[in-house]
Amino acid sequence: MRTAEPPRSLRPGWALRGLRSLAPALSNFLLQPGGGSADFAYREPGPSAHRRFCELLPQEHRSTEESLHTRVSLEQILSLPELKANPFKERICRVFSTSPARDSLSFEDFLDLLSVFSDTATPDLKSHYAFRIFDFDDDGTLNREDLSQLVNCLTGPGEDTQLSASEMKQLIDNILEESDIDRDGTINLSEFQHVISRSPDFASSFKIVL
Amino acid sequence: MAQPLPFVLNVPEIPEDHDREPSPYDESEVHDSFHQLIQEQSQCVAEEGLELRQRGLGAAAPGTSGSGRQALVGPEDAAAYSTATLRILASMPSRTIGRSRGAIISQYYNRTVRLRRRVSRPQLGGVGRSARPSLRLYDLELDPAALEEEEKRSLLVKELQSLTVAQRGHMLKGMPLGLAEKRSLREESRTLTGKPRERRGRRGLFPCCGWLRDTCVLALHGLGLWLLAGLHGLKPWRYALKRIGGQFGSSVLSYFLFLKTLLAFNALLLLPLLAFVVGVQAAFPPPASPGPVPAFTGLELLTGGGRLTHTVMYYGYYSNSTLNPPCVPAPDGGQCGRETDGLPYNMPLAYLFTVGGAFFITCITLVYSMSHSFGESYRVGSTSGVHAITVFCSWDHKVTQRRASRLQHDNIRTHLKSPVSAEQGGALLALPVVVCLLNLGAPYLYRGLAALERHDSPVLQVYVAVCRNLILKMVILGILCYHWLGRRVGALRDQCWENFVGQELYRLMVLDFIFILLDTLFGELVWRLISERKLKRKEKPEFDIAGNVLELIYGQTLTWLGVLFAPLLPAVQIIKLVFLFYIKKTSLMANCQAPRRPWLASHMSTVFISLLCFPSFLGAAVFLCYAVWQVKPSSTCGPFRTLDTMYEAGKVWVRRLEKAGPRVSWLPWVHRYLVENTFPVYLVSALLLAVIYLNIQVVKGQRKVICLLREQISNEGEDKIFLINKLHSVYEKKERSRGGRTQEAERLEEDPDAR
Repeated sequence: MRTAEPPRSLRPGWALRGLRSLAPALSNFLLQPGGGSADFAYREPGPSAHRRFCELLPQEHRSTEESLHTRVSLEQILSLPELKANPFKERICRVFSTSPARDSLSFEDFLDLLSVFSDTATPDLKSHYAFRIFDFDDDGTLNREDLSQLVNCLTGPGEDTQLSASEMKQLIDNILEESDIDRDGTINLSEFQHVISRSPDFASSFKIVL
Repeated sequence: MAQPLPFVLNVPEIPEDHDREPSPYDESEVHDSFHQLIQEQSQCVAEEGLELRQRGLGAAAPGTSGSGRQALVGPEDAAAYSTATLRILASMPSRTIGRSRGAIISQYYNRTVRLRRRVSRPQLGGVGRSARPSLRLYDLELDPAALEEEEKRSLLVKELQSLTVAQRGHMLKGMPLGLAEKRSLREESRTLTGKPRERRGRRGLFPCCGWLRDTCVLALHGLGLWLLAGLHGLKPWRYALKRIGGQFGSSVLSYFLFLKTLLAFNALLLLPLLAFVVGVQAAFPPPASPGPVPAFTGLELLTGGGRLTHTVMYYGYYSNSTLNPPCVPAPDGGQCGRETDGLPYNMPLAYLFTVGGAFFITCITLVYSMSHSFGESYRVGSTSGVHAITVFCSWDHKVTQRRASRLQHDNIRTHLKSPVSAEQGGALLALPVVVCLLNLGAPYLYRGLAALERHDSPVLQVYVAVCRNLILKMVILGILCYHWLGRRVGALRDQCWENFVGQELYRLMVLDFIFILLDTLFGELVWRLISERKLKRKEKPEFDIAGNVLELIYGQTLTWLGVLFAPLLPAVQIIKLVFLFYIKKTSLMANCQAPRRPWLASHMSTVFISLLCFPSFLGAAVFLCYAVWQVKPSSTCGPFRTLDTMYEAGKVWVRRLEKAGPRVSWLPWVHRYLVENTFPVYLVSALLLAVIYLNIQVVKGQRKVICLLREQISNEGEDKIFLINKLHSVYEKKERSRGGRTQEAERLEEDPDAR
């Protein structure tokens, strides 16, 4: 983590200077009438996200034109310092990846990711994506397997940090008792959003800042 | 075979069924459609090739006799569902809403329609417009001439076009679709109706109004966004707060956010005072006081006396007359010397009203932010239990350092492993507060708290420590206030006691700041050095959130107590808070580690604001009211020197207004019948009580409704499980019978004569 002066992109005034000096292609991409991540996704200046994305690409693809269409592999995204210490980093990348094998991110996917994790995303949007991140088997609900994998991610990476089988069963029973309203043994999206709406902390903790 | 085997109606061949309750196939005229629909659905699903990851699943066509069965742990029993059942389960609307694009689009189509029509309840007539996406999806997908995804999309675009730009942006922002998708939706919904005209117009000399308007709107929109981005970057301490949040988590961040909130409150207090009191008096300085003016030495910054006594800093400087009075010609016919083109300014009235008004605005803002904060963390009818919330919401994604991340893991693990104390913590919280309020005597208080300390909940211990500290500070301040208003006023009858009180408060504030500095130095820096060098421990001291927040609240209480006697005290507090931010941040980064105990940041903000409002602001307001209504101002200085109480300035003004004539007669009337009279006060209190009671009843009613709805959903869930089990049994029977028929056919093939 850099402890030096704040990056140039975050200082005031960079926003105005930065985009004007960028290549027209990128400006068009971000500012065209139909588009613009700055428009409705999040209000951080796009250049800082683009710069970080370009740093992950190999040298020859770093031109503005190419960077908008090249994909970055999962391992490289996982090496970002903001994601390194996050136990859900693989799930996050898989949820936002649009490639068929779900193993690479394009610049648009990256912007998608940043926009959902930013200040300006609505809590509804965040809870929707949180549900997809926690749904480890991608079947549209959180069943017992998903919940136990989630708890294992939360308690820690090592073997000694996992809960015992009986503790896990007790915990999952409690969770289902509190949040499974229709008693079908799984938590679907509406029930999940109902639980999330009770916690005002969620919006501020579901945030990644570049 | 003569008779074509009906695909469905093989049930009568199986004898067991006659004993059971009628299955859907018995009443074939009524229920045939149901089975037909399930049939079509499962065929549809099979054709689409749904991606359903099964552990170790082979070729899962419904025809295979039993190879594809997986044990899906069911709700009550471990029912083994067949693949076909699982396929149908996977395409249930409640499961696809999170995944399939079509389902999301149709859900947002419903929402857009509702927004446009502003109906709060779905209409009973049109099922197609009902709020339940499952029903709608059912309708659309099984309709043979069904709208495909593209048509659904075009419907959504049409709906979006009919919204205003702001609503459209808001709706698009909340959609969980990809950026490319949102961009295309936005593009399509932006096209205006005059398309052919537009194209022609562009070639001409004068572009069509629509295109021009579109460009202007876009340009303004872009400009607005740039401004916002710039402002966003200019927000004070944005980067510093990000670093603190990333390294120490949300709980330590809440302290710094509270500091920022206090800055805002002080600015709110200072601005009216600067505008209406300090600025005006500085522009029209009173005649210089007799006697030599003491020289400026540095010590005055510490004691607040000396040179500073005769400046706008304190109450005594302010004049008790009307500034810039209208020119009254001398009785002997002489001319008016001065140019009197400004308005006359009644200083005592301005002083009283500005202080009163500033306090009133602060009160409203405090109560509003407290209720807003409280409203976010309290939900009507929410069930108790913290497990689900802990598991889903407790991971703080802002944290990026490995060490802080490990600390989070530890905290969450501790929290999950000790469910009993976590559950009881919330319910027991009410008890210490009530205990503190009721038992004012110290022995009783400590005995009660010590009894409570037997419960080993870390959160409770922290709150108990906070309460103790708070009681101590408030008691000290209470004694000081009594001392000032009760005894000092009597002792300093001929001198300017208000100046004295103002100076005392100034000194308290400055010394408080110095002690905080010393505490930071010794508590954090020196302790870290000692623990690293002498004790050889690797651990840094923890950042004491509760203690620091109480220090802030104490400082703010001093400001509020002193603003009547020293109008520039909020400015001193602002300077102090700015310095405090940088000092605390530096010390935090260098010396401290994140606290070990789990903290809920939003609950803490609510508690901080509540503590700020209740003992702190309320006490200051009581002190102010008493000082204004009951205490005789000193007769030698200040804007109220000739009056009996400060409040009399208002009464004098009202009397003057009465004499002024009939034009402003409503103001004295209001004063006499509404303010001085006690009856309206009782009436307003009674009305307020009635409103509060009504609100309580409404909340009770809502809670009942929520219970009923919960029961209803649970019943629907039971229905769902019943249907799934029935479906499963239908498929099983079908496969068994097909298996039986295959065997029969094989047997017939081998031995055609054996029939």
